[in-house]
Amino acid sequence: MTYLADVAALAKKDLLLELRSRDTLPAMLLFVVSTLVVFHFSLPSGSSDIAAAGLLWVAIVFTALLGLTRAFVAEREQRLMDGLVLAPCDRSAIWLAKGLSIVVFLLLAEVVALPAYALFFEPVSGQMVAGILLADLGIASVGTLLAAMAAASRARELLLPLLFLPLAIPVIVGGVGASVADDPARYLGFLGLYDLIFAILSWASFEYVVTE
Amino acid sequence: MSLRNNRLGVLALAAAALLLAGVALAFYWAPEDADQGFSQRIFYIHVSVALTAYASFGWAAWKALRLLWRRDERYDLESYTAVHVGVMFGVLTLVTGSIWARISWGVWWSWGERQLVLFLVLFLFYSAYFMLRYSTEPGPRRARMSAVYALFGVVLIPISFLAIRLAENFIHPVVFTREGPQMSGSMFFTFCVCLAGTLALAGSLYANELLGKRLDERLRDLREALA
Amino acid sequence: MTVIVARGLERRFGSKRVLAGIDLDVPEGAFVVVTGPNGSGKTTLLSLCAGLLAPTKGTLDVRAERRELGYLAHEPLVYRELTALENLELYGRLYRVPERRERIGMLLERFSLWDTRHERVSTFSRGMAQRLAFCRVLLHEPRLLLLDEPYSALDAEASELVDAELRALAAERTVVVSTHDPERLAALATARLALA
Repeated sequence: MTYLADVAALAKKDLLLELRSRDTLPAMLLFVVSTLVVFHFSLPSGSSDIAAAGLLWVAIVFTALLGLTRAFVAEREQRLMDGLVLAPCDRSAIWLAKGLSIVVFLLLAEVVALPAYALFFEPVSGQMVAGILLADLGIASVGTLLAAMAAASRARELLLPLLFLPLAIPVIVGGVGASVADDPARYLGFLGLYDLIFAILSWASFEYVVTE
Repeated sequence: MSLRNNRLGVLALAAAALLLAGVALAFYWAPEDADQGFSQRIFYIHVSVALTAYASFGWAAWKALRLLWRRDERYDLESYTAVHVGVMFGVLTLVTGSIWARISWGVWWSWGERQLVLFLVLFLFYSAYFMLRYSTEPGPRRARMSAVYALFGVVLIPISFLAIRLAENFIHPVVFTREGPQMSGSMFFTFCVCLAGTLALAGSLYANELLGKRLDERLRDLREALA
Repeated sequence: MTVIVARGLERRFGSKRVLAGIDLDVPEGAFVVVTGPNGSGKTTLLSLCAGLLAPTKGTLDVRAERRELGYLAHEPLVYRELTALENLELYGRLYRVPERRERIGMLLERFSLWDTRHERVSTFSRGMAQRLAFCRVLLHEPRLLLLDEPYSALDAEASELVDAELRALAAERTVVVSTHDPERLAALATARLALA
């Protein structure tokens, strides 16, 4: 079980770094609330539940992008990815650890976003929360892999949204559906399928993205 | 070298012949559809082009898999060229679909058109592929990342399609109905000819572009060897 | 036993060819000194041997697993917001170093970093970070050491420390060093490679 020990050591490192530098998480929290406020002003009065739920999901995805853009910053700027890649551990452990820390950040951002949403728009339902939890996994899986790709390019922060958004579309569909539909099970099932397929794909291909 | 040129020439000729035949059949020979009339004829081209785009993306993913498996950078160029051809046919799909929508329902775009929406998403995805390649130094790293991304693309196709179908339930209540291919024998034949034509066209574009790029590579190598 | 074998090794970045036609045979226990002007590909060669880069032409066979390899790069490869101790703890875990605590303590002591072990690397000078990098490299007692300009940013005292280290290592490990100051290592060198 040294694989899990590696993941634990790396995840601990990621969370510790965020605790020390405190730049990503506060930004995400502030961003998600600001976005919700902006959406209040951009929605015409009398808009449906669905419109508001849709905008919540947009806010979540863009907040996730904010966090993901910072995900590999230290590794890129100080070439630390080399240090991690040289280590004898499985490279997918890097992905898993980083992905877990992204999930933690997203959950913390949602702990702030959902009450804000309930305050500004509509009460939050159980099915919405279920959708959000499943979506977080999918976003973190795919996002971590793409963030590593973007970090290796010249364009960096510019590239990540371009790579990420087309892949986020199914998540948004599943999430909005789960939030507002009468039978959320279908959408939750779809999100679960997305998570399964893309988590496996990301886990297996991370090695190829960070090595030559 | 000349043998390859011959093959390429034959393929291109076959493509031209098949496409000409296909278009002629589609517009003059195939029976008119009872419901939709003349506009339905674009269907032959539109669906052929769409299927060819899928085939190209699938081919690109196959080459990408080979690259990751064999660690041979030769496959990078092949995968990239296939994506390129796929995107060209993807754009063509969007254009023909849009024309069909205009003729059928008087609008240039319809969110109810699943194929069209799917191709929009794929177009965004594979455009990002080019952005990825453009902003990374050429080399083994770029080849691998492109390959992984191409694989993600091919997985995204069914997932997106599912998502679009699910989305219809709450996003777009108005869905234009259109008959799927309930084709008579002659319609089916016409369709097959068109499909063969577009596939042959894609094949010859692919082979041609690949040839050109490999020649560039060899030229560069030769220049360096002489320098 | 040969540890590194290269034939016709070439590496290009985009259209620029940095290394070309390199043939290498590094036997076990050798001490190879790599010299050359800036831009001649010393760092590239070491990165290739470490496995961070793949050759664009030719073959390279490094008969050492990742856990047997120690790579000292231009950057110290330590997290700036973590303390010296935390950095070594992380690497110690990833490299599965036995008796991790003791080994870390011993290395920190040897490189005069014990007193600052709880300080963040961002407070370190360049020389201290380089010394920490040495600790990182030696932590798992690698069989093959790849050192890219080990003396850079070091003061006289630290340089002598490194001299002593290298003398000890030369006896029992395989070492490939790139340097701007080959005379310093002349006594230890078993082979030299000059890159154009």
